[in-house]
This record gives sequence, C-alpha cells and structure tokens, in this order.
Amino acid sequence: MNNLDHTMVKENYAGKTWKFILQEFKPKGKFLTPFNIISLPIMLLGLVLIVIRFWKGLGSITNLTQEVPWGLWIGFDVVTGVAFAGGAYVITFMVYILNIKKYQSIVRVTVLNGFLAYVFYAGALLLDLGRPWNVINPIIGNNFGTSSVLFLVAWHFLLYMIAQLIEFSPAIAEWLGKRRAHKILSGMTVAAVIFGITLSTLHQSGLGALYLMAKEKIHPLWYSEFIPVMFFVSSIFAGLSMVIFEGSISYKVFSDQISDKSHASHNSIIVGLTKICAVTMFAYFFLQVLVFVHAQNWHLLNTPMGYWYLVEIFGFIVLPMLLFILSYKNNSTFLAKTAAVLTMVGIIINRLNVTVIGFKWDAVSHYYPSWMEIAVTFAVIFTEIWVFRWIINRMPVLRDSPSWAKNHN
Amino acid sequence: MKMNRRNFFQTLGITSLTLAIGKSGKAITNKKTNVDFKGILIDATRCVGCQSCEIACAEVNNLPEPTDSPEVGITRNLTEFQRCVVNAYDTSKGEIYVKKQCMHCNQPACDAACLTQAMNKTVEGPVIWRGDKCMGCRYCMVSCPFDIPKFEYHSANPKIQKCDMCFSKIKEGGVPACVENCPAEAIIFGTRRELLNEARKRIVENPDTYYNHIYGESEAGGTCVLYLSPVPFEELGFKTNLQNSSYPELSKGFLYSVPTIFVLWPALLLGLREATKDEPVKTIENE
Repeated sequence: MNNLDHTMVKENYAGKTWKFILQEFKPKGKFLTPFNIISLPIMLLGLVLIVIRFWKGLGSITNLTQEVPWGLWIGFDVVTGVAFAGGAYVITFMVYILNIKKYQSIVRVTVLNGFLAYVFYAGALLLDLGRPWNVINPIIGNNFGTSSVLFLVAWHFLLYMIAQLIEFSPAIAEWLGKRRAHKILSGMTVAAVIFGITLSTLHQSGLGALYLMAKEKIHPLWYSEFIPVMFFVSSIFAGLSMVIFEGSISYKVFSDQISDKSHASHNSIIVGLTKICAVTMFAYFFLQVLVFVHAQNWHLLNTPMGYWYLVEIFGFIVLPMLLFILSYKNNSTFLAKTAAVLTMVGIIINRLNVTVIGFKWDAVSHYYPSWMEIAVTFAVIFTEIWVFRWIINRMPVLRDSPSWAKNHN
Repeated sequence: MKMNRRNFFQTLGITSLTLAIGKSGKAITNKKTNVDFKGILIDATRCVGCQSCEIACAEVNNLPEPTDSPEVGITRNLTEFQRCVVNAYDTSKGEIYVKKQCMHCNQPACDAACLTQAMNKTVEGPVIWRGDKCMGCRYCMVSCPFDIPKFEYHSANPKIQKCDMCFSKIKEGGVPACVENCPAEAIIFGTRRELLNEARKRIVENPDTYYNHIYGESEAGGTCVLYLSPVPFEELGFKTNLQNSSYPELSKGFLYSVPTIFVLWPALLLGLREATKDEPVKTIENE
C-alpha cells in the first residue's frame, strides 16, 4: 500500500466515505421500468399491511388458525426461501474447499443472493412473531431453550448471516476503496466458508427437524424421521437451481456488468451445475423411495393425497432430473433452465406439503393463506430484489474487481 | 498440513466457536421424570356436565364466562378465551361428559420446543407459560400433540392461553379451581402416583363401570392429567393414535448429531481444502 497516499487521505477519511455512501444511495438509470411500476405499489401495500399487523395483531391480516399456527410466512418465506439460498454453501464448497476455479466468477453473486435471502426471510420470521420484542431472549440473557430445534435454527441463521457477510465483505471494501480492510477481510474468507458450510448443513436439516415433533399432524407420506436428511439433500439442488435461474436472469438484466471472460464461461458453468443437480436429485429420489418403502405406505397412494405425492415425486423430481441429464448430454442451457424452474416449483411444493398442505391435512377446516399474506410475501421478495439490484449496480459483484484488489484472491 | 501462525488462528477460531455453539445441542434431561409430579384425575363416569369447572377457570384466569353449554354432536374446542371445556358425547353407554384442558405431559413437547424457556415444565408438575420470555413464535402449538396452547391472534400484545393447573394456587398448597369447584367429585387432585393408584383401584373395584385403560398413564410418555372413562376413549374424542414415548424423543437424535457435525465438518473441510490445493510439483523432486 502507498504510505504517502494513506496519510493524505486519512484526515478526511471518514467524512469522505460517508459522503460517497450517501451519493451512492441516489438511484441510477431509468426509474419507470416495468419492474419498478409493478413492484413499488406492492411494496407500499406490504408496508401498510405490516403496520396493520403490528397494530391489530396477526389475525388481522393472516388466516392462521389455532390448529395451523405456521402458515405461508414460515412455510414459504422461511423454509422454502432458505432452501433456495442453499446455493451459497454449495458453490463456496466447490470453490474454496475443492478448489474448483471454474465457479469462481459466480461465488460473489451467489453469496450475495444467499445473504440477502437470509436477511429478508429471517426478517419475515420477525413479522410472524407475536411478541417480537422478546426476540433477543434466546440470544442474550439466560433464556436459552437449548433443547429446542428452533433455538438451534435461530442461532444458525444469525451466525450464518455473519459468515456470509464476511464472505461478501471484500466486495464492499472494493466498492469503498478500503485497501487495508480488503486485505483483512479477504483473509477471513476461508474460515467463514468452513464455518458457513457447517452451519448450513445443520440448519438446512434443522428446518426439517423442526417438524419432527409434529408426528401425527403431518400426512404420513411426508412425515418420516428422515425429514432432516431430505431437507438437507434437497437444499443442494434447490440452491443450485436457484443459481441457474437467477444467473440466467442476471445475465440478461445486468449484461453490461458482466465481463467478457464471464460471458464466455457462463454456459460451461450452467452445464457443470446441471450435472450436480442431476446426481443429487437421483440420490434424493432414491432416498424418497427408501423412506416410502420403509414406512409401508402403499395403501396411501390410492388417495387424493397419494396422487399429489406422486405428482411431486414424478413431475417435480424425476422429470426435472431427466431434463438435467438431457441438458448436459445436449449441452443445452434452455433445457437446463427449464429443469431448474421445474425443480424450484417442486421444492416449493415439497416444503409447502410438509409445512402447510400436509400439516393437519385431516382437520375439519383447512388453512389457506389470505391475499394479504401473499401480498406481504411478494413485498418481501420485491424489496430483496431492489436491494440486490442496488448492490449489483454499485459493487463489483458481477463485474471484475478493481485491479488493486486482484492480488488477494 | 503446515501449521503457520495464520492457519493456527483460523483453526483456533473454528475450534472455540465449535465449543461455544456445540453446547446448543444439549439433549433433553430426564431429571424431571424422577420427581413426584402433582396432577389431576378426571373421571368421566362422574362428570355431570354442569360447567362449574369452566366458570371457575374463567374467573380465576380473568377470562370471559362461557356462553355455550355442552351439546351432543357439537365439539367445543379450547380457544384463546377458554382454557378448559366440557363436551358431551353420545356413546355406547349413553351420554357422557368429559372435560378437556392441557394434559401437563411429564416430558412436554411444548417445553422442549420453546427456544426461550417460556413454556416450562415445573418440578411441581404443571406446565406453565411465562410471558416475559415468550417471543410468540408458536412452535409450542406446532409441537403439542394434544393441540392445547392457544394464541391471541387478534391482539397486538398476544398471549398464549393454556391451563397452568392453577400453578400459583398449588405453590401455596391449594388445589386447582376446577377441582375445588366440582360438585360431582369428578376431578381430584394429588400426586401422579396417588392418582394412578386411585384410578387402578376404581377400575379393579368396578370392572363393569370402567373401560380398562387410564388415559395419560403412557400416552405421550405419560401425562400429569389422567382420565377414566366408561367407554373406549376414541368415543370421547380422545386422540388414540399418539405414541407412548415422549415427543421430545423425536428430535433428540437430530440434536445429538449437532455437536458431532460441529466437530467433524470443519476438520474434514479444512483437510479437503488442503488436499485439493494446487501445490507446485515439489514433492516429486524430493523423492
């Protein structure tokens, strides 16, 4: 580092950085895009609904019942959203642990996606808490419910967010031009990755383990003592499908950000990911069959829930698995994207089957999310995309790092 | 693997975090089952459906008085306004009334589920809810096999409503309000052991009156609330598909695996990273 440069900047350092950050808050580019026109009203509506929710209680905008206390916000926002965020630990595993350089160019965007998913979906969890002012109880103080799976999941969310922030922080340092911080933060990456993968293994499965005690409440086709294993294995291809899906959108929307080198490797990365998806989906399908045979649930197949189960298994696991295989045999990114979308729909169906649709399936009255719950969910997703876009347009996530930062990676 | 200063600190950091977080995997203690819990025995052969227990319960807990009464064909459920309800059932032995409230499990799922220890199995026996700790996540409701805890969905400061066996009265040597106010002596209070003996005695002495089963003796690993009935319990709307081991057992295996993974994974991952590094071809020269 240049010492002279350093001392000269030092006096006005803090002030300049803040000024720079404030300037960066100004919107860039065209404002009245179709996406903005659709997303802004929904975000505003979501904000109004959230105010009502905290003012009049959860019942004022949700359809939650005494029998189904966890609905769309937990089943979709948290449980499904976190599965989709699984790409971050898989990609960092390949790049930093297995040293596969090929995927280096998508590490930052995947980690950013994962980090934002956790921030917003764990944030959605706060909306669902009846007494959110006590949320600090399991974190500080002496109210540690250590026998609770949720205690574990809550702590892991918190720690994993920190780990992901550390993994992403070099990009922030590059944006602000902080060379020294960049050096220190880059040095922490490997430790954060190792810690992050360990945390992910446990809380991806932990989200499934949350439902272990609801033994008689979940339809037997979806309940087994192997839910944690299922949730973990499926988070691998759920996360990677999200990477393929998100990657192909970013590729178009932010094409000006992507360097020529990354452009060239885009297809090769997608094809590589489809192989991993196909293999893990086969393992997952095999596990599903084992669990099904082990539980001796044959008689349940010829019921409406049984047909629904078969749709999930064959329509959204076997079919996309075959498409993934076809896509890498034919080197077709179109097939890969189709398979990724099908897989994602399948993951949504699977998580909702465990948490909402199959939960109290035999009850007299069923839970259906209210339009307001759905609106808040969309508002959360749109806000996340806004923040994602803001960061992509400012920090070196898709584009190359500045030349001074390259030596460290 | 060469251990330089930086690597050493990395490993040290990971290890200490492991130790710190590994604690979260602590399994459920069985200590609590060795004490003699207090409990209540409800005898459905004696209940006349007068709702005295419901009224007393509402009064003690500052809840509205019940406006409806037990009727055959209509199942009255516990709500956020009612901690106990009496239902009427048309059974093979005529119309039978039975009271429903929290079962106060020996090893409650709600207590194991609670991440803030707001749901708490007391050493006296009752399972109580503590508002200053609860964050309103409703995981207790998801986990409870009897669907007992109720949540005030229409309040900005919502509480969990459930029977606490009048814990404050018990601590001062009293008996729960429902027991105190039952004119038919259908509900009695005592230690779980005494109540089990009394229940067995009643069954043995009047084999024609009672169905030969004490509900709560083994259901969900045993509960502090015990029931006697003249007819099989499914006729009275009881859940008879529950397991006989406790519900926290179900997530025990997962929780036990947590410290193991926290020790094994970082070591394995560090090893893998070192093994897959592109090293310069020095090793061949050394041979």
